Amino acid sequence: MTTLTINGAERTLDVDPDTPLLWVLRDELRLTGTKFGCGVAQCGACTVMLNGMPRRACVTPIRTLAGADVTTIEGMSGREYDAVQAAWRALDVPQCGWCQSGQVMSATMLLQQLPAPTDQQIDEAMAGNICRCATYHRIRTAIHDAARTLEG
Amino acid sequence: MTIATSRRGFLGATSGLMIALALPLKGRAQDAPPQGAEQAVPPALAPAPVPPNAFVHIAPDDTVTVIVKHIEFGQGPLTGLATLVAEELDADWAQVRGALAHADDTLYANLAFGMQGTGGSTALGNSFLQMRGAGAAMRQMLVETAAEAWGVPAAEITVAKGRITHPSGKESGFGAFAEAAAQRPVPDNPTLKTSDQWVLIGTDLPKLDTASKTDGTAMFTLDQFPEGAQVVVIERPTSFGATVASYDDAEAAKVAGVRAIRPLPQGVAVYADNTFAALKARKALKVEWDLSAAETRTSQQIMAEASAAAREAGRTVEETGDLSGFDAPGATVIEAEYQFPYLAHAPMETLDGVVTLAEGSAEASYGCQFPGIDRAALAKTLGLPMESVRVNVLLAGGSFGRRAQGTAHFATELAEVAKAGGPGSYKLMWTREDDIRGGYYRPLSVHRMRGAIDAEGRITAWENVIANQSIMAGTAMEAMMKDGLDSSSYEGSIGLPYDFGGFRAAWRQLKTGVPVLWWRSVGSTHTALATEMFVDELLEAAGKDPVQGRLDLLKPDAARERAVIEAVRDLAGWTGKVQGDKGYGMAFAKSFGTYVAQIVELENRDGRPQVTRAWCAVDCGIPVNPNIIRAQMEGGIGFGLGAILHSQITLGENGAVQESNYDDYPSLRIHEMPQVEVTIIKSDADPTGVGEPGVPPIGPAVANAWRALTGQKTRALPMLQNPGVV
Ligand code: FES
Ligand code: FES
Repeated sequence: MTTLTINGAERTLDVDPDTPLLWVLRDELRLTGTKFGCGVAQCGACTVMLNGMPRRACVTPIRTLAGADVTTIEGMSGREYDAVQAAWRALDVPQCGWCQSGQVMSATMLLQQLPAPTDQQIDEAMAGNICRCATYHRIRTAIHDAARTLEG
Repeated sequence: MTIATSRRGFLGATSGLMIALALPLKGRAQDAPPQGAEQAVPPALAPAPVPPNAFVHIAPDDTVTVIVKHIEFGQGPLTGLATLVAEELDADWAQVRGALAHADDTLYANLAFGMQGTGGSTALGNSFLQMRGAGAAMRQMLVETAAEAWGVPAAEITVAKGRITHPSGKESGFGAFAEAAAQRPVPDNPTLKTSDQWVLIGTDLPKLDTASKTDGTAMFTLDQFPEGAQVVVIERPTSFGATVASYDDAEAAKVAGVRAIRPLPQGVAVYADNTFAALKARKALKVEWDLSAAETRTSQQIMAEASAAAREAGRTVEETGDLSGFDAPGATVIEAEYQFPYLAHAPMETLDGVVTLAEGSAEASYGCQFPGIDRAALAKTLGLPMESVRVNVLLAGGSFGRRAQGTAHFATELAEVAKAGGPGSYKLMWTREDDIRGGYYRPLSVHRMRGAIDAEGRITAWENVIANQSIMAGTAMEAMMKDGLDSSSYEGSIGLPYDFGGFRAAWRQLKTGVPVLWWRSVGSTHTALATEMFVDELLEAAGKDPVQGRLDLLKPDAARERAVIEAVRDLAGWTGKVQGDKGYGMAFAKSFGTYVAQIVELENRDGRPQVTRAWCAVDCGIPVNPNIIRAQMEGGIGFGLGAILHSQITLGENGAVQESNYDDYPSLRIHEMPQVEVTIIKSDADPTGVGEPGVPPIGPAVANAWRALTGQKTRALPMLQNPGVV
């Protein structure tokens, strides 16, 4: 049994303690916005916010999360998130869409830390998120656009 | 492959089209999930003639749902085909939704294939008249209904932005007349707009699936949880063609949540209550494999065999002029052998599917590119009549060809899972390791090139012998092979726009036990590399500029090729020279009827090419949605770049695949993505596809720029593991 906060609600989960957070979110809670891409912390499709920082849910066993505060894309809000959502839509960033929850999570947390990132800072923050459709060009532009709207 | 664009084709062979009866469509604004289609479209069991409602549904609340017969995995048909309908219907874009059609080879045939299917970048081209016709017919039926209701002549009615109006002041949305319009006969020859009347085609309409893919609510296969479904993973052989000799499931069976462990033709399947239990139990399985029928050669051995084969004459697939240039006095003869590895598609969503088996029927839902072939395979494996099997097509997290299966291997596996499990629901999932090691690769290929240059610096002879494995042979696609030739093995190496004097291309078919498949742009994944790298080398040897040299080689009728090459030259401000620490290279390729030329700029960073900019000119006929065209060029460039820099699948001892996940089969990452600029050629030619054609030129453009900068000639891929020869 592990008790933690997920998207603002306290949850007590009675699952195999080795279960990665990813499968708890998806199978138990049906929070399917968090995606599976690799299972080994290579692709970023499963990125969630853990105590305010990006975390790969696929390699995070539930037993390590007692008392933790987890936010998935379903529970995201705030200025940076809204700016990212708007910029993503304005540019039609997604192609297949599978990686995009993870991209949006990483981009939002980047802007929370660095309101006006440079290209290089974007590359560093986003390098863990693979997009096989290679929407990188628009991701980079969208992050800059979102940063610009946050300035005002 | 010819694309049927006859007017007759627009509603399918004998079809009619009517407006849906007030069926409520689930789903959010702009984004009806596939379940919407499932509800609204008549069951696949409907007998001939083709029933109505095939392509457009209008709900009482004015929502227009376009049923899209092609799968959406990022390449844009959901938006593209909906645009065509909305244009002729005069709908407002805000009222338009898209939903994916279920499997039905009669209703939803790709007019280029004669069966339902997505591939070869044909979605927009084959639908261009059909979908516009559907929209125009619907519009006419609505107008006639309104005319009758209002007691006015139909000719006095106008439709714009989803409103039907009459000068008398009468006005209505579509929904109010939807049900009555459904009773009217379907017009045979609805009038289509002329291009000057278009208001949606040619504009950057926002994509219908963007919102749900941005906030995480888009539903894919893995997101389906049918009531009581068990999760299934399969322990698979380590060598292609190996079978289960014996297995020990004592430890695996102890894992909490495991429901069953069963041998299947594909391996040993674990059935469990949840994903983690299935994965954990699979890890605990001990399986002995029988390798007696397996492919046990290493990829090095297969490459050596391909290399030897490419030194033979091969079967001629195109020959023009004569090859005397090779023997002419004073001629310089240049040779090169290019080696291309196996490639996995590695779409972000691995193969997965849900299936429900009931007494006497089955329903499967997943992202498949040939739903009709899959449906037949499910029926056959389950011993059910076709009419009792339904296949729903869901959004897929990428494909790049991986879900276009002439062998229906995944559908068959899904059926085996259900058959062995008995009545109930199952969710079958491949892990990334299953995906990378699972075969169905872009075939390993070798090109052996020879070119002759005469004393005046003219290219006078060209020969290319290609050795690789056929994708179609041994599959349902074999019927498309003519005379034992699989043109997808060498497409892109023939019908070139360049006049080389004498020309010969030949193919040597290899046979291996490694399953192969089309990989985004298919033959052109390697033929464009070989052709455009070699042309560049010959031009250099002849002392010519890569861009002007190509323009000078073009045949007189190559106007569209000329236009894209000139356009990209101008866009990039091509000088043909190394500038500071930056090198430049160009390449051209026509694939699937679309013309693309690209120029790249790159730097040498510690011996590795870092591509900083890419310019692209594309001619795909009438540009229906320029935004999607640009996106596909950007994505094609990134996808192709990742492959030529990083990607290869290698087989080691006993033919076991040595790569397993994104760590040892790396994908392009954001810091490797160049800035991309795209220009689209204005055209009134019939539209052609853009999903694949952005890929072929990027590889050779990068290799050519690298050679210009460093003098190293690329002879094998991936570039990062195969330093070129000097
Ligand atoms: S699924 Fe977690 S990083 Fe890929
Ligand atoms: S949008 Fe397809 S993987 Fe990123």
